[in-house]
Amino acid sequence: MNQFLKDRETQIVTKGKHSAEIACEKKSLAGSVSQRACVFCGSRVVLYPIADALHVIHGPVGCASYTWDIRGALSSGPQLHRLSFTTDLKERDVVFGGEKKLYHALCELIDKHQPKAAFVFSTCIIGVIGDDVEAVCRQVTREKGIDVIPVMSEGFNGTKKDGYKIACGALSKLVGTDDSYKPSKYSINILGDFNLAGELWILAEYYKKLGVELVSCMTGDGRVEQIRRAHKATLNVVQCSGSMVHLAKEMKEKYGIPFMKVSYFGIEDMSDALYEVARFFKDEEMMQNARELVREEISQLLPALQPYRQKLEGKKAAIYVGGAFKAISLVKALRLLGMKTVVVGSQTGNADDYKLLKELCDDGTIIVDDSNPNELSEFVKLTGANLFIGGVKERPIAHKLGLGFCDHNHERKEALAGYVGMMNFAKEVYASVTSPVWKFIK
Amino acid sequence: MFETNSVLAKGTDYKATQNACKLCSPLGASVAYKGFEGCVPLIHGSQGCATYIRRYLISHYKEPIDIASSNFTEDSTIFGGDRNFKIAAQNIINQYKPQLIGISTTCLSETIGDDVTLFLHELKGDDFDGNAEFVVASTPSYQGTHIDGFHEAVAAVIRKFAKKGNTGDHINLFPGFISTEDIRLLKEIVAEFGIEASILPDYSESLDNPVWHTYKRIPEGGTTMEEVEKSGSAKASIEFGTVLNLGKLSGRVKNLNLTKTGAQYLEKEMDVPLVRLPMPIGITQTDRFFEELGKLTGKKTPEKYTKQRGRLVDAYVDAHKYVFGKKAVVYGEEDFVVGMCSFLDEIGIEVALAASGGESGLLEGEILKHCPENGDKITVREGYDFESIREWCLANKPDILVGHSKGYYIARELGIPIVRVGFPIHDRVGGQRIKHLGYSGTQELFDKIVNALIEYKQDSSPVGYKYM
Ligand code: SF4
Ligand code: SF4
Repeated sequence: MNQFLKDRETQIVTKGKHSAEIACEKKSLAGSVSQRACVFCGSRVVLYPIADALHVIHGPVGCASYTWDIRGALSSGPQLHRLSFTTDLKERDVVFGGEKKLYHALCELIDKHQPKAAFVFSTCIIGVIGDDVEAVCRQVTREKGIDVIPVMSEGFNGTKKDGYKIACGALSKLVGTDDSYKPSKYSINILGDFNLAGELWILAEYYKKLGVELVSCMTGDGRVEQIRRAHKATLNVVQCSGSMVHLAKEMKEKYGIPFMKVSYFGIEDMSDALYEVARFFKDEEMMQNARELVREEISQLLPALQPYRQKLEGKKAAIYVGGAFKAISLVKALRLLGMKTVVVGSQTGNADDYKLLKELCDDGTIIVDDSNPNELSEFVKLTGANLFIGGVKERPIAHKLGLGFCDHNHERKEALAGYVGMMNFAKEVYASVTSPVWKFIK
Repeated sequence: MFETNSVLAKGTDYKATQNACKLCSPLGASVAYKGFEGCVPLIHGSQGCATYIRRYLISHYKEPIDIASSNFTEDSTIFGGDRNFKIAAQNIINQYKPQLIGISTTCLSETIGDDVTLFLHELKGDDFDGNAEFVVASTPSYQGTHIDGFHEAVAAVIRKFAKKGNTGDHINLFPGFISTEDIRLLKEIVAEFGIEASILPDYSESLDNPVWHTYKRIPEGGTTMEEVEKSGSAKASIEFGTVLNLGKLSGRVKNLNLTKTGAQYLEKEMDVPLVRLPMPIGITQTDRFFEELGKLTGKKTPEKYTKQRGRLVDAYVDAHKYVFGKKAVVYGEEDFVVGMCSFLDEIGIEVALAASGGESGLLEGEILKHCPENGDKITVREGYDFESIREWCLANKPDILVGHSKGYYIARELGIPIVRVGFPIHDRVGGQRIKHLGYSGTQELFDKIVNALIEYKQDSSPVGYKYM
């Protein structure tokens, strides 16, 4: 593979060929066209779905423009999160400081939108000019009587993953601030689901059938009030390896709330997510409910999947997504559809994730960390994949090469979680892989 | 503490930007660079900017768009970005083998005072391996919008590579930030006039490719280096846009000498005469463009175009009542807004609000100049954001919105039609294939606008109708 960047060699392994562990959690090389984003991006992703909070981006206009309503995180009520607010710094502000501008912006926006709390994201330039964002936030908190929380997410200070951690830090300032709430015996918080295309609502319905109360969801369809009382829940159910584990760990230390990691993609992982919760509560009735739910769903789903499986059997897929946990679920879900994963990678996986992936995949599967368009397209060619699963930035690569594509990122408009999600996923994969348009690609 | 540290005086009427109607400069620069053959854009700053910009462009063009970043770390932010810059340059060369690396600076690298030109000097001195030209555009986004970045990059390329020489028979065409289909249309027009014209920049292929068999690190297409060199000896330059990056630029306090456009530079330094026209949207402005081509070539407008014009006039007549007196809101980048207003004005639509996130200080004057019918009724707003546009619309109840995708939510709230034009089009396919220019582009726009109004009328009638 001499066409790849030399310094990246250790971040690519082929199962069955390389015995070495994959290198990961490295900084992207300068000059590479990485698919990764910045710290700010990571923080923004996590906090974005809190629908009754004000999200103000302190910096020049770009960071705010590019993140205006780009996520599919739905809200059942307020839509404040879908707007884009920024101090839109100009040269004078950069020279003389933007604190006052931030102060005025916050006051104006809070008066106008009456949010339940505000998050202030500081971007690269703020780190350089040294605005005291925390002081401004403190002052506005005092004057307006709502929590104004600084999110120190200067883009250059690490990777997207570091942004997750910072966002969790911001959330933990809200968690535990309302003690008056009394939840039922069986109560959980869902962490790390962003209600893309309404996925949280699917999950909430399942847990309701089990007899479990949802105290809060962080952050899909999120509300400030719910987050304040999240520490009253008995268990944290955390999805996805990356984004919200920090908060779960912190809540464990501070409030003694245990957490479990789950995934909601694919039949196996979804069912496990329900059983695990029932097992945790050691309630036979709940377990019975879970079994019934799973049985009912699967007995409908499996026959419905059959026709798709027939058409998809033996087809090959390449996966490149943000978090590695998602990749793991996808490998399993694809297997259920009779498909083989030939390339799998993520932007932010850690050593454990990759180890698991390696165990799960067949020999010959290429496993890659922090890839780029060049590599990805080479891998796809090399392995003869029929389908690419990724995000917006990968879509044109696949399409340009005449390859089916399935969007599994924050922009998706189809729910892919849960049993319904598996069905949607099968339909989407089927539509993409078997479309007649490929006959024009030679 | 911030009481003493900030510029705003107490009681100023500062407003936060809510849903900005503009993007940042390196985005525009990257698009422009894509229009030069063999060029890889490099954004000198943090990784996030490049990723966001790529993502944004990909959603519009639906093409792979490779833009490299020098991936600033905390260290580079503190100690300067020279090391990262050099590694980036070397890595791009190894991987992409570009002819040209088009650098745009960011807010961050400008603020810490990175001198990229100096880095380039040093780079050539080091044991640097590879063969590529470099060009630098200064594009901190606190000094202007994406359009300023676009024109800065074009000017940077011209300033660096244009060569003075004996005047030839060819012309330069500086079209500004238009769609890939518009560029193809312009090429067709000049070809039919039988004149050799370099489009600067030409991303009609590189940002709108056919399918590929293997991934192309650098897509084909773009203005060749030879064409850029020759631009200094052209018979004339035609430049679309009258606002360009000639205004005061938002908050720019230094470097006014950088604000020249490429065509203006050629006129000043290489004696290439400059004809500056508003974007040729609508009959009036397209006529002017064809007249200039006629003058430059000594040829009459080819029949194909007189017929197109004739059909367009016919369509104007057939449908004039559906549009007359309708109130439109137009938004987007300034030159585009001027062109669009001029077109709407000539078909009898009253532009009620013309708004842009740009702050050149020139918009109002230009609009008045090019909208003879109803120009005096237009509210013109610079430095406007979508929240202000929304509020304005709620109070003034326009009949139609004409602008890019980001106004959709306003149209939805008001229950009025939106006709999508310009950039970005993120919620439809084919945004890059929208035609706006010339008689045929105007024809398509005209039909779309009329039909949007008719459809609205049908839909809001209790019974609808199917014959007219
Ligand atoms: S505004 Fe400046 S810092 Fe923000 S994305 Fe644009 S270039 Fe980067
Ligand atoms: S890297 Fe910095 S300036 Fe660029 S998008 Fe991220 S926070 Fe904004």
